[in-house]
Amino acid sequence: MAKSQVAMKINGKTVEALVEPRTLLIHFLRDQLNITGPHIGCETSHCGACTVDLDGKSVKSCTVFAVQANGSDIVTIEGIANPDGTLHALQEGFRQMHGLQCGFCTPGMITRAYRLLQENNNPTEAEIRYGISGNLCRCTGYQNIVKAIQYAAAKLNGVPFQEAAE
Amino acid sequence: MPGLKAVSASRKVPYNSVNGAARIDRGDDPDRRHAQGRVPVIPGSFDYHRPKSVQEAVALLAKLGDDGRLLAGGHSLVPAMKLRLATPGNLIDLAGIADLKGIRADGGDIVIGAMTTQHELIVSKLLADKIPLVAETSAQIADPQVRYLGTLGGNVANGDPANDMPALMLCLNATFEVSGPRGERRIAARGFYQGLYATAMQSGEVLTAIRIPVPAAGHGYAYEKLKRKIGDFATAAAAVMLTTKGGKVETCAIGLTNVADRPLFADEAAKILIGSALDAATVKRAVAAAEAITAPAEDRRGPAQYRTKMAGVMLARALGRAKSRANGGA
Repeated sequence: MAKSQVAMKINGKTVEALVEPRTLLIHFLRDQLNITGPHIGCETSHCGACTVDLDGKSVKSCTVFAVQANGSDIVTIEGIANPDGTLHALQEGFRQMHGLQCGFCTPGMITRAYRLLQENNNPTEAEIRYGISGNLCRCTGYQNIVKAIQYAAAKLNGVPFQEAAE
Repeated sequence: MPGLKAVSASRKVPYNSVNGAARIDRGDDPDRRHAQGRVPVIPGSFDYHRPKSVQEAVALLAKLGDDGRLLAGGHSLVPAMKLRLATPGNLIDLAGIADLKGIRADGGDIVIGAMTTQHELIVSKLLADKIPLVAETSAQIADPQVRYLGTLGGNVANGDPANDMPALMLCLNATFEVSGPRGERRIAARGFYQGLYATAMQSGEVLTAIRIPVPAAGHGYAYEKLKRKIGDFATAAAAVMLTTKGGKVETCAIGLTNVADRPLFADEAAKILIGSALDAATVKRAVAAAEAITAPAEDRRGPAQYRTKMAGVMLARALGRAKSRANGGA
C-alpha cells in the first residue's frame, strides 16, 4: 500500500512526513516524531490518555489515522506551556491542587481541559466533570483534577481561587 | 506472571495492546484472546482516498466495489479495524467534502449534512431553537472527544441498533438523502432499518444529508437513556416527541434504542397515548405496548427481560418529561 505524504503543524512547528495510511495518529506522534507526551492507555477509544487538540477539537489520537490529520493544527501537552517556558495555568493547577498521582492520565487531562476552558472559561463543577468525562484517571478519584481545572480557570480569569468547602 | 512477558515482547513489534487488554480483563489469558482476534491491534493495510465532492466519492465507490469503505468520523469503523473486524482495502474519507457539512433550514425542514459532528449538533443555535431533542440526544452519546469527530451521518447509516441517533430519526420522521451511481434518492428513516447493520442503502450509495421536519412550536420532547457508564451504549433508551392541545396529546412519536436488532418505532404505543392526558393508566398501557415489541439480546448490560423493562422505564420517564416540557416546563 502506498505511503502518503502528510504535513501538519504540531505545537507551532510544521512537520512533513511519509506515513502508512493505517498509522494511527498516536503512533505517528510517539514513534515517528518522538512526541511522547500523549500516552497510550487503552487503545480502545475509552481512556483519553492519548488526547490531543486537533483544529480546536479534543480528539483521541488512537482513533484517528495520521493521514486524516493532514493539513491540521495539533497541540499536544508539549505545546501547552507558555511561550516563555513558564507553566500554563492548568499545569500549575495540577501541581498546586495535587491533580495527579501516577501522572499517566495527566497529559490527556490537561490537553482536554485546555480545550474545555477555551469553550467555557468559567465552568461549573458539573460542567468540568461532564467536560472531562472522556478521560479516565485511576488514582485521584477526580476530586483534585476538578480542583486543578477550577484553579486554572480562576487564574486565567484573573480572580483568586476559592476552594469549595468540603 | 506470563502476562508480563507479553508486555515486554509487545514493545518490539509495532504497538499492539496485548498489555492494555490483559490489564483490562485480568485473569483472561492474553494469548488465547489474541488467537480469537479480540485484542486490539494495528488495522490492516489500506489505501486512503480523500474525495473533494460527493460525485467523486460515488465514483470511487463504484470503482472500488466492496473493497471500499466510507470513513466518516471513524469512531465505529476505526475501532472495528483495530480489532480486524473490518479490513477494507480502501478507505474513502468524506471529511474533505464541504457539501456534507452544515445545518440549515429549508422550508419546514432542517437539513443536516451527513458529516456534521455530534458536537456541532450540540452547539447549533438553529437546532436548539427548532428541535432541541437532537442536541439532548447528542449530548448523551459517548464522551466529548468522540462527539467532536463522530458524525450524525455515520451514526445513522452504520445500522448499529446500539447507536442513539437511529431511534431518534424514527421518532422525528427524518428522511435520508443518498447519492449513488443512479443519482439521488430519499429514504424515509422509518423504512430504513432492516436488521443488524442492514439498511435500505445499497452498496455504492453515500448518505449526504438528513432532513427532519420541524415539529410544531411548543412541542414536548425527551431522550432518556440508561447506560452503565459514560461511553457505554444504552442498556435501553427512549425518544419521545409529542404535541398537546387543551391538555390532550394530539400527536406522539416514540423511538427505542438498543432493544432489538434494529431501532424500533413504537407506533402502537404512541397511538394509545393520542387523545389522552398522559394519565398513569394510559401511560402504563402504552409502556406495555412498547415493551411488547422489544427483543433485546442478553449481554453484559443485563438479561433480555431486564432490558425490556428498562425500555419501559425510559419511555415512562421520557413521556413525563415531554409532558412537562409541552406545558412550558423544563
